[in-house]
Order: sequence, then C-alpha cells, then structure tokens
Amino acid sequence: MKALVWHGKEDVRYDTVSDPEIEEPRDAVIKVTSCAICGSDLHLYHNFIPAMMPGDVLGHETMGEIVELGPEAKSRGKLNVGNRVVIPFTIICGECDQCKRGNFSVCQRSNRKADLAEKVFGHRTAGLFGYTHLTGGYPGGQAEFLRVPFADATHIKVPEGIDDEKLLFLSDILPTGWHAAMQADIQPGDTVAIWGCGPVGQMTIRSAIILGAEQVIAIDFLPERLSMAEAAGATVINFEEESVTERLTELTGGEGPHKCIDAVGSENHVCLSQPDTIYDRLKQITLSENDRGHVLREMIYNCRPAGVVSIIGVYTGLVDKFPIGIAMNKGLTFRMAQAHVNRWTDDLLHRIEDGQIDPSFVITHKRPLSEGPEMYRTFRDKQDSCIKVMLQPA
Amino acid sequence: MSFMLSQLSNISRSLGDPKVIETGPSSLKPADRLGRALGWFSLGLGLTEWLAPKAVTRWLGVEGNEGLVRAYGVREIASGVLCLSVNNDYGAYSRVAGDAIDLASLAAAYRDDNPKKANVGIAMAAVAGIAIIDALAGRSIRSLHNRKGEPIRDYSDRSGFPKGISYSRGKASGRVPQDYRATPSAAAASPATGETSPASADLILEVSA
Repeated sequence: MKALVWHGKEDVRYDTVSDPEIEEPRDAVIKVTSCAICGSDLHLYHNFIPAMMPGDVLGHETMGEIVELGPEAKSRGKLNVGNRVVIPFTIICGECDQCKRGNFSVCQRSNRKADLAEKVFGHRTAGLFGYTHLTGGYPGGQAEFLRVPFADATHIKVPEGIDDEKLLFLSDILPTGWHAAMQADIQPGDTVAIWGCGPVGQMTIRSAIILGAEQVIAIDFLPERLSMAEAAGATVINFEEESVTERLTELTGGEGPHKCIDAVGSENHVCLSQPDTIYDRLKQITLSENDRGHVLREMIYNCRPAGVVSIIGVYTGLVDKFPIGIAMNKGLTFRMAQAHVNRWTDDLLHRIEDGQIDPSFVITHKRPLSEGPEMYRTFRDKQDSCIKVMLQPA
Repeated sequence: MSFMLSQLSNISRSLGDPKVIETGPSSLKPADRLGRALGWFSLGLGLTEWLAPKAVTRWLGVEGNEGLVRAYGVREIASGVLCLSVNNDYGAYSRVAGDAIDLASLAAAYRDDNPKKANVGIAMAAVAGIAIIDALAGRSIRSLHNRKGEPIRDYSDRSGFPKGISYSRGKASGRVPQDYRATPSAAAASPATGETSPASADLILEVSA
C-alpha cells in the first residue's frame, strides 16, 4: 500500500509499504477513506519529539471502512466488515481503571512500549497512532490501510449519509478543542482568551461559544486564521501588530480573561516583538530546552486571579522560565491533557447532526494522499493560506 | 541512507506493522539538502579550527593567532547548528556573514612578507567561492519556504455554524461535567456559613452546594 512515512527531520515521503496485518484478536484493519495532517504532526516533522524511527508511518486523524476483523473485535465491539468508523488518535482498551474514569488518553494498557514511557513520563500513557515510540510507535493512518488495535473500544462508529469532511475531525481536532473548552470550565458570562488560531484553536473558539462564553478573544498573527476566528464571532488580537496584554486589559475592563486556553503548544511563533521567543528558540536549537514557553508565560500573566488555564497545545518535555510564582500567587487552576476523545464523541456527533457545528469549515486544502509530502511543507510554511489539509487515498 | 535506516528499524517492528518496500517523493527539497550539507561542512570546519588551530595558522603563515582561529571555529559550529535546524535560511546567511569576516582576516594576512602568501590566496579564493554558494543557498531556502507576497485568503465566510452563531451559542451552556469543574465539590464539602467570618456569609459560589 501507499503511505506517508517519516524518514527524518522535514523528510516525509510517499512510500510503498507492506500492508498492515491483524496481530491480536481485538485488532481490525480499515480501508482509509480520508485522513488529515495535524498541527502536532509538525512536531514530528521538525523532529522535536524524541523516539521516532525512519520508516514510521505518520497520521492520527483517520476514518474509513472496516475490511478485516479479529474475532474479539467482532464479538466485543459489535463491529462488522463494512462498518464506517472514525479512528481517534488515542488507542484505548476501554477496560482499565483510567478508561473507566473517562481518562482515555492515559489508558494503562494500550501503549505497547510502556517501559519506555514509564522511564520518561514516570507512568505509561495511551498508545497513539503515528506518533513517537514513547506512545507505542503504532503505524499511523496517513495510508491506504490502518490496523486499529483494541478496535472494539477505540473506534467511533459513524452513520452513513454524512460526508467524511464533517466526520473526520471527530478523530482529533473537534474533541480536542471541545476538551480544551471543557477543562477550562467555561461558564455563561465568561470571557475566554484562546492563544493560537490553528485548527485546534478554531475548534476551541467554536466550543467556547457553544458552551456559552460571553466573549471569546482569539490571539494569532496570521490574517487568514484571524479571519476564520472572526467568522465565528471572536474578537481577534494580532500579536505582531498590538500588545496582547494591553488589548486583553482593554477588552476585559482591566480584570483579565476568566479562562485562558493554550492551543499553541511547544512551537510558538518567534518574533522580535516578543524577545523571550528568541531566547527560547536559541535554547531549543542548542538542545537545552524542548519547549518554547512564551504562551504559557503570557497566559499566566494575563489570566484573571483565581482563573483557569487550560493547556491543550502539545508540549514535549522541559520548558524554561515558567512563572510558577505568579501562577501560585494569583491562585490559578491548571488543567491539561491530551484529549480524552471518546468521552466527547457521542455528544459531538449529535451536535454535528443537529447543525450546531460543521467542522468541515476548517479544511482549506483537500488533496490526494500522494501529495502528502508537498502538503506537509505547505502546511508548515503556512503557504497558500493553508490552515488544514485533508488527504484522500486514490 | 534513509532507506537503509528504515530497513534497519524494521527489526524493532512487530510482524503486522507496515514496512518500507520502496521510497517515494520527499518533502525535503534540494535547497534544504544544500543547507544541510553546508551545516555539516560548517561543523567539520569549525571543529578543525577549534581543535587544531595551530595547523591552520601554520598553513596560512599567521602563527600566534590560534585564539582567533579557535573563536572562528566556535562561530562556524554555531552556523552549522543553525544550518541543521529548521531555521536553515538564517544558518546560510550567518555563514555569509562569517565568510565576510574570514575574507577580511585573510586579506590582512595576504602580505608580501608572509611566506605562505600563496596559501592565503588559495584560502581567499575558496572562501569567496563558498560565500557565493552560501548566499545562493540562503536565498533559495528562503524563497522555498517564504509566504511573503502571496495573496492572503479571507475565511470570514467560514463560521462553522451551519444554522448561524445565534443558534449554536450557549447550546451546551452549563453542561460542563462535575469532574471538569475548576472548583468541583469544595463548596459542598466545606460549607461557609458566616459563623466565624461575616465575609463568608454571603458568598457567590460558582458551584452550587
């Protein structure tokens, strides 16, 4: 089959690889109908996330049709060949203590390289598709076929008659944005500030509005992203043209936002007007820091005392100059996680069906899978006003 | 090389995992590859200057300047690291600036009383040639990755709310699950009555007790 394969920093190739095969009784194989490139794939593209190996198949936003089933996947999951499914980026057993509590992204059983994860993280986290070997090194779904481990629990069954474009993002960015808004504890009347208007940021903006936020403030520097944020009713701040702190102060009557959400993660934009971004980048280049912490610092500084900071952008390791003293004295609450996708998908599917949200708005580029390598570059360089790439195998 | 590494990594893959049979088109372009080659060259040259400055000064007839050569070595290593990073255009341009400094230093050594004047001339010609390659690399990398000058698309018609914002706004209002509340059950577990502190008699709590 054909697949997008990681060969090293900035080196993604459209390769011919062997077909995936059923290994365990709970496995299934799906024929991929649509997949997408995620912002967090760019951390792999830049080789910022350790434990990738040349030959790893990328991709963790995937949907398709079941073509092969292990015996237990069939009996436990009520699955049949031909079922249409969306595959979340997290692999879950559905049976461990964490899964039973709805903390799916820290499933205790699905990471097949748990020893490695325990050494680095202290404890194991869930297996992820198309990501580092710290999370199992499972082959990803930017391919013609995908093996789904623990398929009876991992899958999201979706109805016929709704386009892939509307359903694909149940795999990651829609529940991820929803999770970011949920863990910010958004209440009616809240002012919510969201850093980053990439695909997850866009979903977070819409989630905050559905949750009843009175004012949503979106922060980015790319005009096309800001226009998309404004389309949903957000007030925007272009941090290359104006001071984030001054604007937030003005928009909140000096009180600061009740809730601050980081939808940026470890690779914030580097610019002269924010000197700490240059400091962080230099430290990152010299391998003395993994993550750039500008957004975290700015959120902590601007958040209203006793407010909530929600982190959904992906961080990979160590961050420097973290203002814990400000956070402590302001009494901030922090919540963060990789999204517990399956916890939200029942509700979100109904909201899509009801017309409350149509996630396809975010797709700016729809291309065949064969153009994947080129689209990685276009997406990374933000060329052609690219915000979200959807790929389809031939 | 990468294909060999991917074959090698197959040893650690489980039986049902896809394995690379044949590699195809890459996202890595010739300009990026040139930038990386310059990065490795910079690292090699920088390490030579740093570790063996005497060999360099002897060949150029400028003995006694080992400290300066070492400093140039550190500069080369920094440029090399930058060339190998995702900001490789800055790496290539930092090499151009380094080339200018090298040329100025070599020009000062290009004197009739220097018995190795011919070697200095060779070095100047080499640095000038490499400076051209560095400048071309910087320009081609930047034009490959730059988005400046492109028309910006306006997405202000993409609300994501098919029935309008007013239909969706607040549809899930008050629906944050208890385990996702920032102050979940403290109010119920430790109620404030105002008995000891009048200030706590009339609290406006976000979470009902």
